[in-house]
Amino acid sequence: MKPREIRLSTTPTPEAIAELRLGDIVYLDGLMYTAREGVYMRALEEKANIPMELPSESAANFHCSPAARINPDGSFDMGAVTATASFRFAKWLPEWMEKTGAKLIIGKGGMSSKDYKSYFVPNGAVYLSTVGYGTGALLGRGVESVEAVHWNEELGLAQAMWVIKCNKMGPFIVASDLNGDCLFERENAKIAQNIERVYEGTKPAVLKRYGESDDRSDEVI
Amino acid sequence: MIPIDLIQKTAESLMDKAAIEIPEDYLDGLQKAAKTEDGDLSSFVLKAMLENYEAAKEDRRAMCGDTGVPRWFVKLGNDAKVEGGMCALETALRRATANSTNGVPLRPNRVHPLWRTDHNNNVGIGAPEIEYGFEPEGEWIDLITVHKGGLFGTDYRMLFPSDGIQGIKRFYLDSLMAFGKRGLACQPAIIGIGLGGSKDICMTLGKRASVLRTVGSRNSDPRIAEMEDEFKELGNSIGMGAMGFVGKNMVIDCNIEVGYCHTGGMPMSVHAFCLSSRRAVARVYPDGRVEHRTDPDWFTPYQRRETVDWEPMREAAE
Repeated sequence: MKPREIRLSTTPTPEAIAELRLGDIVYLDGLMYTAREGVYMRALEEKANIPMELPSESAANFHCSPAARINPDGSFDMGAVTATASFRFAKWLPEWMEKTGAKLIIGKGGMSSKDYKSYFVPNGAVYLSTVGYGTGALLGRGVESVEAVHWNEELGLAQAMWVIKCNKMGPFIVASDLNGDCLFERENAKIAQNIERVYEGTKPAVLKRYGESDDRSDEVI
Repeated sequence: MIPIDLIQKTAESLMDKAAIEIPEDYLDGLQKAAKTEDGDLSSFVLKAMLENYEAAKEDRRAMCGDTGVPRWFVKLGNDAKVEGGMCALETALRRATANSTNGVPLRPNRVHPLWRTDHNNNVGIGAPEIEYGFEPEGEWIDLITVHKGGLFGTDYRMLFPSDGIQGIKRFYLDSLMAFGKRGLACQPAIIGIGLGGSKDICMTLGKRASVLRTVGSRNSDPRIAEMEDEFKELGNSIGMGAMGFVGKNMVIDCNIEVGYCHTGGMPMSVHAFCLSSRRAVARVYPDGRVEHRTDPDWFTPYQRRETVDWEPMREAAE
């Protein structure tokens, strides 16, 4: 079965979000901003003023650092854009969503269904995953223009807040829905049925590691 | 004498090629995988990746926004001489890395581990890594750049002889399971396994197995070559595909490299060279000729030599 393809605004209506199903393919239109650990720390821990009107300008937070440059004349060149793994940002996301009204969190690998149920769903937000995760050139084609780069001096090019105008930017995959269900966990559960067969005949390593035992009073032999 | 400006110019063009053009061997492997893939979502992902490589080449833009950490492997024929010496060579490679980061553009990924200082050019302390190899004959220099991405997909473990092949299999599967879920390893990947060596060399062997050998190549030891086939199949039998979705293609190829280790141990490392398996190679000659290729051809019989002396004539006759 071929996945469904949907065009979605980066300031989506609640109805448009409710319409999304796990595994749908989404293409985005409108303004999107990048924010990852640098932006979160500056905005939430150092309480710097966020240099955009959120969520009216954009409700789409991309976990991304682009391959891009700022030219001497102040203009921007953006080549490829790809997401970075989102699970590392769980620490800041609840507060970020509350503060910015973000409805679309876009990144790599998704979050856990626990994250979705505890703060995505109450905020009416869903998670979109990039594809591959290396479709940087395709996503780059969906960048109509770079509107601004905020906090470049403070955070550097990779951590700065890039504001991107998207024109049918994609593909992205819907990885959570308003039930708080998680696409990746659904797939994991299907694959888990094979584990016993694949591991048949192998045995645990002679020398164990902490983590395999979480009790630090244990020995690893 | 190999002109230093030619080295820098060639290095810059290699940075560009590596970031933009997927190597033919990996592309062939992924096209074959796409044909066999029957998971709905995995199939969609592989199709999108194939379109992405085309888009990158057409637009001359990096294939992935995470352009990895550019690094260099340099191989010299025994009679090679570089204008200005080896320090000039290293400066040229560092300069090419910085220039191309701004030129392509690449993402300036390299920062100080503690202070997160970013020079915005992928150059810093120990970066880019430059590693060397030598061959018994020739006046040429091989420049190989690898832009390996990924914070995931790599692991090391000290196994012991009593763990045996089954222990090796288990750690291999553990690595694929751990980093394959949600596609953190950006599979299907070229999986490199390092066996033996000291701890650091074990990591190096596995890294080189993934980034310096092509899809379809086999270890010169026929028993290791058999293991490579078996491990490839084993990885693809998990039922996990691209992005950790249900699928048949996790491993585009599995390459194993070995080194002699301590008699009591059997260290093992696993590395994943991702959907953007970026490498580019050129051989530069003193007369100014430059030959581009995508096969690093790193693991020659000389690199895998087992004994004190190197006697290629006798080996060739055997």
